[in-house]
Formats: sequence, structure tokens, C-alpha cells
Amino acid sequence: MAAAASRGLSAAAGEAAQLRDVVAPKLSVATIKPRVVAAEYAVRGEIVRRAQLLEDELQAGKRKFPFEKVVWCNIGNPQILGQKPITYFRQVLCLCEYPQLLDHPQIGALFPADVIERARVFLSDIPGGVGAYSDSAGALVLRKQIAAAIERRDGYPASPDEIYLTDGASPAVHYMMEMLMRSGQDAFLVPIPQYPLYSATLTLYGGRLVPYELDEAAGWGLNVDNLQAQLAAAQQQGLCVRGLVVINPGNPTGQCLGADNQAEIVRFCEQHGLVLIADEVYQANIYAADRTFTSFKQMVRQLESSAMLVSLHSTSKGFVGECGRRGGYMEVVNFPPDVHEQILKLASINLCPNVSGQICCTLMMTPPEEGEPSYDLYVQERDAVLGSLARRAATLVEGLNQLEGVSCNAAEGALYAFPRITLPAKAVAAAEALGKPGDWLYCSELLEATGIVVVPGSGFGQAAGSLHFRTTFLPPEEDIEGVVRKLGVFHKAFLERYGGL
Amino acid sequence: MSSGPINSKEGKVLHPDLLNENLKKTQYAVRGELFLKAEELRQAGREIIITNVGNPHQLGAKPLTFTRQVISLCAAPFLLDHPEAAKIFAPDAIARAKELHKAFNGGVGAYQDSRGNTHVRAEVAKFIEDRDGVGPADPNHIFLTDGASPAVRLCLNSILRNENDGILVPIPQYPLYSASIQLLGGTLVPYMLDEDKNWAMDMASLQACGTLVPYMLDEDKNWAMDMASLQAAVKQARADGKAVRGLVFINPGNPTGQCLSYDNLKELIKFAYDEKIVLMADEVYQENIYQDERPFVSARKVMKEMGEPYASGVELLSFHTVSKVNVSGVELLSFHTVSKGTGGECGLRGGYVEMNNIHPKTVEELYKICSINLSPNGVGQVAMSCLVNPPKPGSPSFEQHKQEREAELASLRRRARMVTDGFNALEDVSCTFTEGAMYSFPQLKLPAKAIAAAKAAGKAPDVFYCLRLLEETGISTVPGSGFGQAEGTFHLRTTILPREEKMAEFVSKFRDFHEKFLKQYK
Repeated sequence: MAAAASRGLSAAAGEAAQLRDVVAPKLSVATIKPRVVAAEYAVRGEIVRRAQLLEDELQAGKRKFPFEKVVWCNIGNPQILGQKPITYFRQVLCLCEYPQLLDHPQIGALFPADVIERARVFLSDIPGGVGAYSDSAGALVLRKQIAAAIERRDGYPASPDEIYLTDGASPAVHYMMEMLMRSGQDAFLVPIPQYPLYSATLTLYGGRLVPYELDEAAGWGLNVDNLQAQLAAAQQQGLCVRGLVVINPGNPTGQCLGADNQAEIVRFCEQHGLVLIADEVYQANIYAADRTFTSFKQMVRQLESSAMLVSLHSTSKGFVGECGRRGGYMEVVNFPPDVHEQILKLASINLCPNVSGQICCTLMMTPPEEGEPSYDLYVQERDAVLGSLARRAATLVEGLNQLEGVSCNAAEGALYAFPRITLPAKAVAAAEALGKPGDWLYCSELLEATGIVVVPGSGFGQAAGSLHFRTTFLPPEEDIEGVVRKLGVFHKAFLERYGGL
Repeated sequence: MSSGPINSKEGKVLHPDLLNENLKKTQYAVRGELFLKAEELRQAGREIIITNVGNPHQLGAKPLTFTRQVISLCAAPFLLDHPEAAKIFAPDAIARAKELHKAFNGGVGAYQDSRGNTHVRAEVAKFIEDRDGVGPADPNHIFLTDGASPAVRLCLNSILRNENDGILVPIPQYPLYSASIQLLGGTLVPYMLDEDKNWAMDMASLQACGTLVPYMLDEDKNWAMDMASLQAAVKQARADGKAVRGLVFINPGNPTGQCLSYDNLKELIKFAYDEKIVLMADEVYQENIYQDERPFVSARKVMKEMGEPYASGVELLSFHTVSKVNVSGVELLSFHTVSKGTGGECGLRGGYVEMNNIHPKTVEELYKICSINLSPNGVGQVAMSCLVNPPKPGSPSFEQHKQEREAELASLRRRARMVTDGFNALEDVSCTFTEGAMYSFPQLKLPAKAIAAAKAAGKAPDVFYCLRLLEETGISTVPGSGFGQAEGTFHLRTTILPREEKMAEFVSKFRDFHEKFLKQYK
């Protein structure tokens, strides 16, 4: 001990003054990269960590709680709340992951013929199967199948060379921000409210976020004049805005863009040389009868635009809900070939995305076709999930709109409700005293009282002076009424406690 | 008058000159020029022997049966209670799949804790405890990741604040480290390994290197480390105004294959403690050991056995002055993966980092960063469970599992010997024995005429050799320059992974090419 102390002392005294700055400090929050410390991701932020602790305590039976279980409404993670995976996908994956099954004499009784055929093709065309590193952009056979599927979806060809499979959609965003943010003077236009992957990656890679507000009063509409104004203001400040993020259907807001709006956006990006990142991971989650999904790829081709586009998709959402697979892709269109090389280089440092996820992504894009043995079950399962999601969305939004001081836009798509809440002045003051926004206080007390976990609107960004929270409508149908009820009871008590509106 | 950065060039916004500079400087030779050339030839119909990357299944290695049964059942939970299941799958595989399916709450399709599923992390902790015999590991200081590479990047990203922060990296090294450091805008402080001393550290080359102070692994000392030169490397870097914050070592080595001794590790740990440097122990090849003199010992085990103050540190108040002196155990980050060993499950992307003596708030920050990507993939976590918690004696799959692992390991050992001997039999080639990992890194003494021909072709000599080797034999390798090598030497890295029955052919193809090459250029 004494030796250590004297070493410490001599380190302090003996180290020459000019070396003091270069002696590596102990690793602590003060001495790690500031951008890492600055990055925030509310979807798994403070309230969620608290919820994890409560759940551990609850399961350990350590103390009594006013609720039986923690209800996770903070994150779009369907299978943890009981959503069943699509049988066809799991059957094919099961065979790919244990190829010896294909030789089993009973195989025909266990799996439909089309499943067996899919698995055989994948296994023969992916060298080494799921256990080998594939091409860094993803196995070629899979990219070809996805390209063909994109063409069927949009009516315009897609090239396997422009498709990069990724471990979920998130790594694609990392690659883009890493590539495009050269310094703190580079920026990206990001919607407010947004999914906080965008704000977090901008912080991490040292770029600036230029916000453009979605109009809550107009169903979270996107106004291109507003985009223009924000762009001009940013440029005035000496920022170089390099791209625009559009989330369609929106997260947390759920709105679906109309074709005219999309055309305006494409032209805007082309005009200003902006890279359009089209986050389209919720393209299969559309509930509004009068809305359909049009991909930005289709729009770019239709308009014969040279706008640079990165379109994202994922196995995590839709009715597939395979979050844990980490499957996804980006289609990168109208980029120069040597930039494609750089993207490939970035992807290659991590060698390859996980191969099971690659297969799952491909299956999502190429489900059974009519006439094939698995088709009927697939359609049945798909429609059941989508129908249920639509009902739950309606139930939740309706329930929220009943609450005093709460107004919630319809969830046209995606998996979330994003109600606006009005809090009594005393509640806002109490929050301020804690150094927190009002919606944080609301969400925190909601958790402690009911076990329901939601994310404060401040985590997504919102118009100044407004407060929101984001909840999923993923709890199973039999639970969703209960969630709405508990929310109502809590809300009333909360307003009363803080002196009413 | 324009102010601020330029947004477009030659009509292109996304002009290659207008990208993140660090990105452009980054190189990753394992999938670099040679690989791309091999791809080109493969697509043109040539048969390529893919020995540029450690990717066992691609060359015919079979996955471990138990692991794949469990993964497959996790994919298809409806099979778990099927009457046929018991006839197809081993009972312990079914039991494990049920256990994991329950522990995952929504199965492999659900996001887990951003650090990885709690149950699996507890299994990893138990594995570490049993392996090292120095007390329990903390599951909350174990983060599961999509392979070891994201874990390495996660750690480097927090350590490197700016270009003045340096990480000591062995030369030769696996270029994940150089690529990540470049991308993150830090400084790579190389420490050379001396091939003539079996890859130990080399004082002489230190002095020759100017601002880049290498910590060489000395090839003649079996790539072992010379602490004196390591100390000199750090001192020089500091004199250049760099804060040396971390030291990477790869044990067993990649590409060099050397296994560090217990004493080597002790020296390293003491060095890290004295110089206040974070140790990053890349131990992904810990199962791949082909000699008995130096079995694998983890850095964690050695650190704990050294006792205080290395093991866990003591907060100490100074006896003599009013200032508080904080003393910490060595800050150790250890990495492992499912990609290597005998399972070789590269494509599943499963790995972890174990943290020892890391400040709790720093652990929280790392947790936060992981959470932005939500969760590591479920299948990789299942594979990790099977790796760290294999079937136990008495369990139905135990015998087969043990037999599969031992057979592969024995075969790898034989192949390590075959490849090393094959290279050493060639004229003007010398090769240290592959004591561990999956690679061979022979040194090629290229004749002057070859070097001139390379220059004329605008290629580095080892690149020139490797391209010719590829074009004439279809054997895909990575030139030594991709890993770093002592000035004036040339190497290539190949794997020992072609199946045993193909190994003789592989060795003879190499020999025939090499003899022809020498004939042409000597």
C-alpha cells in the first residue's frame, strides 16, 4: 500500500509539468470522448433503466408494488409482448440453421415443400451457410432476391449492387452519418419529432442537427416551405446541410405522406443536393384506409430525379416483428461508384451482417406466393397481426383522446401513439425543480404508479412549449383495454395531485 | 462570397473528395485489393481458394451439432413440443432451447437488454469464473455484441477523444485496430514484434521509427514482448504530445499466431498499471491452441492472481499531503467471439467484451451507446450460450459435442504444422510455427528482380507476389503490408483452414508457384 501511495505521489511530483497533459487519465466520464457522453437515446433512457430495476425487484419479490407487472410500451418490440412470428419465416430459418434436418426422412411431414425448397436454395447459394462470413454487403443470392422484390413493389428495377444488408436498419444510418459528417459544420435536416437514432448519430459523429418541425395541427404534415426556411437559416449560420431525413410512416408520429408531398421532397433534395435518407421501416404498418405506401425509390424513378437516396427497411417492424434478428437493408441510389466503394469498405470492417438476419430480411421481401403451400397460412397470419394492430391503435388513440387535456392524432401507420398532454402549472414547476421537462415527470410517475413504461416526448423533440409522450400499442389485445384504463386512472389522479388544469 | 465547407464538386455533392477524411484514409486489407481481385476472378469463373480470412465454414468446416440444434429450435419454437422433435433433436438441445426461449421472453425475435440477454450474460460470467478460477465475474460488466468487432469499436470510440489520444497496437496486427483508430480520428502508436526473435519486441527498430514509435513483437522470441521497448514507445509518444491511453494485444496473435506466456502477461499487466494504460485483450482465439508449452491463460486470470494493486485497486489517501491519490486496478477490456475456436460461427455474429476495473459511470455510458443499436442479434446470443455453456458430462449431447470439438482442434493442430513445414521447406521463405489462432504469416525474401518488377507495376512487392499467386493458383491471401511488418520485410497471411484432405494439394500448389516465381526473378 505504501509503495502504491509513494508511486502515486512520485507520479504527481515526478512527472514533468509538460508531460502532465499527456499522462493518460483514468477512464471516467470526464475523460472519455465528449460526443459519447453528449449522445442521448431516450427510447432506452433513464426512465427505461428505472423500469428495468423495478422489474428486477418485482421478480425478486423484494417489496410490494401497486402493479403486477411492468408493461413495456417504450419500444417497438412486438415479440416480447406476445406477437407470434410468421411461421413460414421461422420454418425456413430453422432449416437453414440446422441443415442436417433436410436429410431427415420425416422432413416432408414436418415442413411444407416450398419451405424446404427455399432453404435448399439458400444453403446451396450461400457458401458456408449461416455460419460463414458472407460478402460484406450481404450474400449475392439474397441481394438479388431483394432487388427483384423491390422491382415488384415499385415497378422500377433495383440493382443488387446498390443494396447493402445490415444488422437492422440502424447501422445504415451510422454509415451515412460517419461518411457525411466531416466536421461540426456539416449538418442534417431531421424532423421534429424524430426517432432519436438520428439525433444520437449526429452527436456521435460530430455533425449538427437542423430541425424541421412537423405540424401537429395538420396531422403531423411536412411542409416543404418550412424545409426551405430551415435550410436557408442553417446556411446563414455557415452550416453545410448535407441531407434530409424523412421517416415514412413517421416515428413517433405515425403519419403517412401523400404522393404529392413526396414528390416535393424529392425535388427539394435534388435542387439542393441533399442526400435523402428515407426511413421506411414501417412501410408494412399502415392502418388508415385512405393511405397506401409509396416508396421514395419509386418516386425518384417516376420523377426521373437524380436525387441521392438511401432507403431503409428492417425486419423489426411491420407484421414481421423480428427485432432480435437484426435484419435490414439500405438501397443506395444515384450515388457515385467510388462512394459506393467507401460504403463497402466501411461495411467490410465489420466483415458482414449476421447471415440469419440477412435471410430473414430476404424472406420478408419474398413471402410465399399464391398457389404455394405456405401461402394461405402466411396471409392468415399477416392479416391477423395487421388487423389486430389496427384495432389496438384505434382503441389506444380513442382512449387517450378521452383524457382531460390530452389530444392524440390518429396513428395512420407505424406502431406508436404520440399524444400531446397539458400539465398543470404545479406539475411543470415540480419537474423544473428536478431539472427535468414536464413530460419526463409525467412518465416517471406513470411508471411508479402503474408499471407502464413510455418515453417522454422530449426524447423525440417537440414544438416549444408542448409536451408529449410516446407509447406503443403493442400490448396484446386482451391487455390493451387494461392499459387504457390504468392510464386513465393515473391521469386523473396526476391532475388532481397537481391542482388540476 | 461563400463561407463554410464546400458541399459539391464536379456537380456531385457526394464527391469522393467531400467525404469524411478519416473514412477515406481508413484501410482494411482483409477485404482490400487482393480480396476484390479474387472476387473479380471468382465471378469470371475461376476457382478460388479462399484463405484470406478466418472463415472456417466457407472452406467446409462443419458447425457443432448441439449449437445448431439449439439455434434451429429457437427459430422454430413450434417444434419444441412436436412429437417428432424428440426423434430429431437431442433432449438436452431441446431443453436448452426451451430454457433460452423462456429467458429471451419473446424468443430470438425480440430485442433483448442492450447489453445482451441477462441469462446469457450470467452464463458467460460463469464460463469466465470456471475458466480462470479466480472468483466470480460480473454479468453486468459483460456486454454481448454482434461479434467482437463492434465491442472493440465501442471501447475505442470512448477512449479516443481526438488525434492526440494514442493506442499502442502491435505490428503486425489484425487491421480492425488500425482501421477503427483511423476512422475514429485517434493515433495508432505501433509497437513492433521482432520476427527474428519469434515476434518479441525489438529495441533497434524502435529507434529507427521516428514519431511512430513501434512496439514490435519479436519474431525470434516467438513474437513475445520486450517491456523495455514498450516503455520507450510510450515515453516517445508522450514526448510527441500524445496521451497514450490504451494498449491492444492479441493472444493468441493474429496474424502471427504466438501464444503469450504467463510471465509475458504479468509484465504487460504491470506495464499497464505503471503507465496508466487501458489494456485491450483480444482473446478471440483462446480455444485455438496448437502447442502445449504455452496453454491459454487469460489476462484477467493473471491480473487477479497478481493481487493488489493490479487486481482491483484500492482507493488510497495520501499519507503525506492533503491530496487524494486514487489508485485503480488495471483497467482491462477482454474480447471473445463465437466466430473462431472449433465452432467457427463467423456468420452468426456473436461476441462479448468483459470489463474489469472500469469506472461504473463509464460502464453506464457504454451501455447507453449500445442502446442506440437496441440489442445484439438473438441468434448470436444463443450461439454464445452454447459456446460458454456446452453440454456437460452425462448430458446426451456431451460425447458427440466433445468429440466434434476435439477432432477439429486436433485437425487444426496438424494443419498448423503442415502449413508451417510447407513454408519452411520453400527456398527463401521462413515461417514461425502457428502456435495458435488460424493463420500462417511466412516471411518472403523476395529477390531484387521481383522487387523491381513490383515497382514497375506500381505495387508493393508483397502485393505483387500475392496478386501473382492469386492469378496463377487461385489462392487468395492478404499481403503483409495489410497487417504491418518490419521495414524492408515482406510477408503474406494465409489461413490454415483448408480441410486436411486438401492441405497437401494446397501446400504443393504454393510450392510450385513459389519455385516458378523464384525461377523467373532470381
